[in-house]
Amino acid sequence: MLNGTEDEDKWLAEGIAGIQHYAFFMHRALDSNNLREALKYSAQMLSELRTSKLPPHKYYELYMRTFDELKILESFFKDDSKHGVSVVDLYELVQHAGNVLPRLYLLCTVGSIYIKSKEAPAKEVLKDLGEMCRGVQHPIRGLFLRSYLAQISRDKLPDIGSEYEGDADTVMDAVEFVLQNFTEMNKLWVRMQQHQGPGRVTEKQEKERSELQDLVGKNLHVLSQIEGVDLEMYKETVLPRVLEQVVNCKDDLAQYYLMDCIIQVFPDEYHLQTLETLLSACPQLQPTVDVKTVLSRLMDRLSNYAASSADVLPEFLQVEAFSKLSNVIGKVIEAQVDMAAVGAITLHVSLLTFTLRVHPDRLDYVDQVLGSCVKKLSNIPKLEDRRAMKQVVALLSAPLEKYNDIVTALTLSNYPRVMDHLDIGTNKVMAMVIIQSIMKNYSCISTADKVEVLFELIKGLIKDIDGADVDELDEEDFKEEQNSVARLIHMLYNDEPEEMLKIICIVRKHTMAGGPKRLPFTVSSLVFSALQLVRQLQGLEGDIVGEDVPVTPKKIFQLLTQIIDSLSAVPSPELALRLYLQCAEAANDCDLEHVAYEFFTQAFVLYEEEIADSKAQVTAIHLIIGTLQRMNVFGVENRDTLTHKATGYSARLLKKADQCRAVYACSHLFWIDDQDGIKDGERVLLCLKRALRIANAAQQMANAARGSSGPVTLFVEILNKYIYFFEKGNQQITSSAIEGLIELINTETQSDSTNPDSISDAFLASTLRYIQFQKQKGGVVGEKFESIKL
Amino acid sequence: MNYLIGAFKLPCNICISFADGKSRNQVPLKKENGKTVMVALFQSQESIVGEVVIEPMHGKKVEHNGVKIELLGQIELYFDRGNFYDFTSLVRELDVPGELYERKTYPFEFSTVEMPYESYNGVNVRLRYILKVTISRNYVSNIVEYQDFVVRNYTPPPSINNSIKMEVGIEDCLHIEFEYNKSKYHLKDVIIGKIYFLLVRIKLKNMELEIRRRESTGSGPNTYVETETLAKFELMDGAPVRGESIPVRLFLSPYELAPTYRNISNKFSVKYYLNLVLVDEEDRRYFKQQEITMYRLLET
Repeated sequence: MLNGTEDEDKWLAEGIAGIQHYAFFMHRALDSNNLREALKYSAQMLSELRTSKLPPHKYYELYMRTFDELKILESFFKDDSKHGVSVVDLYELVQHAGNVLPRLYLLCTVGSIYIKSKEAPAKEVLKDLGEMCRGVQHPIRGLFLRSYLAQISRDKLPDIGSEYEGDADTVMDAVEFVLQNFTEMNKLWVRMQQHQGPGRVTEKQEKERSELQDLVGKNLHVLSQIEGVDLEMYKETVLPRVLEQVVNCKDDLAQYYLMDCIIQVFPDEYHLQTLETLLSACPQLQPTVDVKTVLSRLMDRLSNYAASSADVLPEFLQVEAFSKLSNVIGKVIEAQVDMAAVGAITLHVSLLTFTLRVHPDRLDYVDQVLGSCVKKLSNIPKLEDRRAMKQVVALLSAPLEKYNDIVTALTLSNYPRVMDHLDIGTNKVMAMVIIQSIMKNYSCISTADKVEVLFELIKGLIKDIDGADVDELDEEDFKEEQNSVARLIHMLYNDEPEEMLKIICIVRKHTMAGGPKRLPFTVSSLVFSALQLVRQLQGLEGDIVGEDVPVTPKKIFQLLTQIIDSLSAVPSPELALRLYLQCAEAANDCDLEHVAYEFFTQAFVLYEEEIADSKAQVTAIHLIIGTLQRMNVFGVENRDTLTHKATGYSARLLKKADQCRAVYACSHLFWIDDQDGIKDGERVLLCLKRALRIANAAQQMANAARGSSGPVTLFVEILNKYIYFFEKGNQQITSSAIEGLIELINTETQSDSTNPDSISDAFLASTLRYIQFQKQKGGVVGEKFESIKL
Repeated sequence: MNYLIGAFKLPCNICISFADGKSRNQVPLKKENGKTVMVALFQSQESIVGEVVIEPMHGKKVEHNGVKIELLGQIELYFDRGNFYDFTSLVRELDVPGELYERKTYPFEFSTVEMPYESYNGVNVRLRYILKVTISRNYVSNIVEYQDFVVRNYTPPPSINNSIKMEVGIEDCLHIEFEYNKSKYHLKDVIIGKIYFLLVRIKLKNMELEIRRRESTGSGPNTYVETETLAKFELMDGAPVRGESIPVRLFLSPYELAPTYRNISNKFSVKYYLNLVLVDEEDRRYFKQQEITMYRLLET
């Protein structure tokens, strides 16, 4: 390979040297106005182009060098005072050259002057040149020769408004000439392939061919530049002829390149008006042609065009762009049997993008696209291809992005059917995309039907699908997914309680199927969503509450019980407990004593039976105490039962410190700082005293176990409770009790066995400072605090 | 060479000139010694008028048995060199026997001479026209002087001039159809045509058109045939595919061609052929030869 390029370099160098050599003699002949010599040496120089040894890009170097020399020669030819030969004679004279390639280069050079001289109609000269160039059938040499012809004739075409236009020369002739040259060049180009023979198409040959593609495409560019090519002519002549050539050449590289070229060089407006013709070529292309890219680009262009101005939209409707495109895609898929699924889907993605951009208001179109994609997908047993998957995701994401609203997508009947074809992983990804879209846009899904569809769509996240490989699950991904689902549940909302209840029921139906791993994530969302409904109903209170009202808090609470019950399967007792407490509180607000009591019972049961961990117990008991404290719905009996239970549990915690804290927290159960709250000072004091005892015991235990007592923090905390209740006016809490407690703390701190502890010291200090502060405040409070002697 | 050197020894100078020598067209003629000289151009039925000037060397008298001038049309076959066949021979007596003392001028005229054949300088044959002045002498060799001139004959365009069209090929390998616009071309003509490829199964490299001249001399067992290629003109570069049509446009003016001569005095013929040659990648040549008739167009 290396040797190959070295040889090529050598040949190139030789060729260049040859050109320079003969160019030197040619210049000398030109300087002495010797036409005969000039012709002789220029022909010899051009003979260097007869080489077959160079690959296209190196041949191009030779070509460019001769091109420059030919320009010099041309200016000599132009000046007949120098050589004294008329252009007509010159046109004959150059044809005396024995070798065809130099002869034709010279002929083209003189031909361009011939046209300029206007001694013959441009049409005739062009036609003659085009015809004579058939003499070179070698693909590379022929392509370069014809590209030279195209180059020199470009500014001499009898275009409209050009000086070469006349009675005899019309723009039609210009078009005819370029088309002819294009056809011949394409034939040569295609032939490069055939030359090498089938089955030997190497990458290198492909590369060499694509190096030459622009020479062919240049003709199309020239065509697009001709002023006289208006829509009419494009439609009637240019496009059919070009397409005929494209289709007939039966070469995949050429077909792909040229189709793309057509799409890129001609104006959008033309494409739109000739859509049918252009598209009709697509199914006729070779099965290996990448039609999807071609069509995608076309649709891209058209949709950009549509976006450019609103004025053009009627045109799109008028030519029925969508149905034509949709039609051709169907045909292409049919024609290209071997097209991979990814190709078909990509086509649909493009069409969808087109539709969304051009006809955003036509949801039926979107659905139609999805529908035809489903049809295609259903023929494929199992979509394995990763890229195809990606395309399906793109297909499904497009409408979401466009409408920024999942609600719209939910109305597309084919949307879920497409999703069914995704594999489990991709399905999840897609479901995430949907959820994220909802989140991003704060779309609110407000009807039960839509919720049903939505959950059907994201079922990959909601429940395990048969065959899913559970081991593969990444814990973090899973959490994120489930968190998203949980967030999604909050986006489902309807002001109408009845509808909202339906939504909740649907969500419940779906989430319950999620299995123990998902429930902890989803249930709480669901519960809070339901509780929100409860509060909403509460807000509607005062309206007639009769038997016929379908939605009552009671009903919802029943539902909630079931929902939370499901957590027992997980099991997640701590979460369940919290939720029960939340419900209890809500029930409290609804004045449903029995319901609230039931919830508390459930919470206590959980506490007793399920929560074994001591830390969890501490947390749980504090939660219970906190909730219970806020309850005002209970009758004395119920309340006593519950508070009794709570205090009982508090005292039975494992660690003394925890016991102490729980017990003094319980004191609040008997003193609700409300207008008509319970104010049972005695029991408060009892609790606090009990706490003190426990604190003492804790101190002693510490002494016994470690030889030093723990910090006095617990005492200070209890002191704070004393001060609180004192301030609130609990008669049972006296200033002397507080003084005594402070005394106790001071002794404890000063005792040798106590480890000095800065935190508790600071705590104490600020507590004392508070008392001082309250004293100085004056008024009722100040008076009260005055009684405390420090 | 000999007679030129001899001329200096001759007792007199002989100079032959044409009456319209100044205005008459001159054409180059390649002499036997390889030099090219310009000589007068005539055509058949023209009168050849001029004068012969004989100038004896200073102070010498030339005795003679008479002076004559001959117009000869000769064919010389090179396998029989030196032996001239005269197809035309005209004589004019210029002087009766006597003596020449001083420069003397003899006008001569051959009126409307029939000169049916053109001057021709071929590989194996030469056709020439000369004027030959002979001073006959007793006992010593005659004094002879020659003057060449060239004859070219013009013909009007032929009334029938069909195109040449033919389909040829090698079975399952190569089939072509070629067409040349005429079968008779004048010397400054252009051959227009096309080669149409009906079937191409071989890898062609190029295609060229040759103009060949075939000169046959003698007759019977002594026939000599010489073929020269006068022009090689590349028509096509590269390999065509089926359905391609390659144009032919060959200007004849750059080549030194002469008309077709058929059976001149039963001595020789010169014919022209167009030879279409296709060369494949292994340098094998496939060709088809077609005779064309060349003629010298009478300019009107």
